[in-house]
Amino acid sequence: MRSFAYARATDASEAVAAYRPNAAYLGGGTNLVDLMRLGVATPDSLIDVTGATSGQIDDHPGGGLLIGAAVRNSDLAADRRVRERYPMLARAVLAGASGQVRNMATVGGNLLQRTRCPYFQDVSTACNKRSPGSGCQAQQPGAETENLAILGHSAACVATHPSDMAVALTALGATLHASGPGPGSPEHAIAMPGLHRLPDASPERDTVLAPGELITAVELPPPPPGRSTYRKVRGRASFAFALVSVAATLEIADGAVASCRLALGGVAHAPWRCQLAEQALEGQPATAGTYASAAARELRAARPLPGNEYKVTLARNLIAAVLEELSS
Amino acid sequence: MGRRAEQETEVTLTVNGRSRTVRVDNRTSLLDLLRERLGLTGTKKGCDHGQCGACTVHIGGRRANACLALTVAHDGADITTVEGLADGTGELHPLQQAFVRYDAFQCGYCTPGQLCSAVAMLSEAGPSAVTDDLTTEPALTPGEIRERMSGNLCRCGAYPNIVRAIDATVTP
Repeated sequence: MRSFAYARATDASEAVAAYRPNAAYLGGGTNLVDLMRLGVATPDSLIDVTGATSGQIDDHPGGGLLIGAAVRNSDLAADRRVRERYPMLARAVLAGASGQVRNMATVGGNLLQRTRCPYFQDVSTACNKRSPGSGCQAQQPGAETENLAILGHSAACVATHPSDMAVALTALGATLHASGPGPGSPEHAIAMPGLHRLPDASPERDTVLAPGELITAVELPPPPPGRSTYRKVRGRASFAFALVSVAATLEIADGAVASCRLALGGVAHAPWRCQLAEQALEGQPATAGTYASAAARELRAARPLPGNEYKVTLARNLIAAVLEELSS
Repeated sequence: MGRRAEQETEVTLTVNGRSRTVRVDNRTSLLDLLRERLGLTGTKKGCDHGQCGACTVHIGGRRANACLALTVAHDGADITTVEGLADGTGELHPLQQAFVRYDAFQCGYCTPGQLCSAVAMLSEAGPSAVTDDLTTEPALTPGEIRERMSGNLCRCGAYPNIVRAIDATVTP
């Protein structure tokens, strides 16, 4: 691991003022420390922000919640308001990682974790995200593609974003608050799924944040009408990243879909908001047939890689199954 | 301050009830501090990537992977390792006694992590990924125990008896 200087920031403006090129903000460290050990991340200084933003979850005017970026994943999932009013979010957080990792990991850090693409994490291989211009080993013949993207990818990058929480925040329509560099640490509000980018020709940029911008809080709007849940399919029963996951809210009135929000995880460089499926569902009879055709419509744009074609069928079936579960 | 001085920090931690002040290279994980500097080799290094749980300790009473914790980020923290689970009189922690009684290990390498993880897990509130009703405090059934212990791998496959030992501690 490369040597680094360490400083602890006591508030967001101090953290942002301390930021320099090649510094990194440190939350729980569960991803960053590992990437530093692998030689993927090589910051020359760490700015510890676990004390720089709120570690509290506060009631927000209008019926939502304001979640400090330093809240630990385990505390978020155990919060009674989250469990009762945002079960999709609690389930998404509980579906991620292990008890130990959830105790360490922060909300801000969860959103900014890097892809687990095996080639990104292996410094001996080509990766445009880790080393821009070096190529994409994941698109070479024989590459391991089981966990990689089927939607929104580019010739430069086929990585997926690994966060479960971000998928739930996308379906809930959460707003992130960030503090930027410059006089007065200007505030920046980002409506999910606007944080994460698709890779296009610049996969080295995971998000729209400017260098040195710091996520300070996540604002949840009032709970969506109807029922909601999060379902994750993975290669083993626990402690594994999603092959495909879905976050869904569904409101039914008079036998028809009154409103619906759908997001997929594990399929793209960003949480994938299913706007085509949502449009296909709105106002239609709340039946298995409607759900299946809406799911098929969303996945029509899928471009699987050799070896991950299974994800298209899985995503389609998962959307339909979760909607049926929510309407039962 | 010189470049080298910037990359080292003096920290004070309480480890198993004893205050320890050390000057560390900022890269030092809590795991390496415990094993290499403080001589507490009960905590084990398995994968060193947060995937196996062999290095599980308590930081401020909460279980955590010591391999992913930078010592420098835990100045002032209260750490408990497997060496600190038994009380001062030498009496083993009830969970340690249950591991012996139910033969909950084979090679023993993952055991310190299993023990630290389970002791903290027993005091964690709230649901897990397998809890049906998120609004209740679920009973720690064997299924709940398995899910909550998924951060601790055992290559010998002693899982059935690990679950039995924890279950016996929950419902003696």
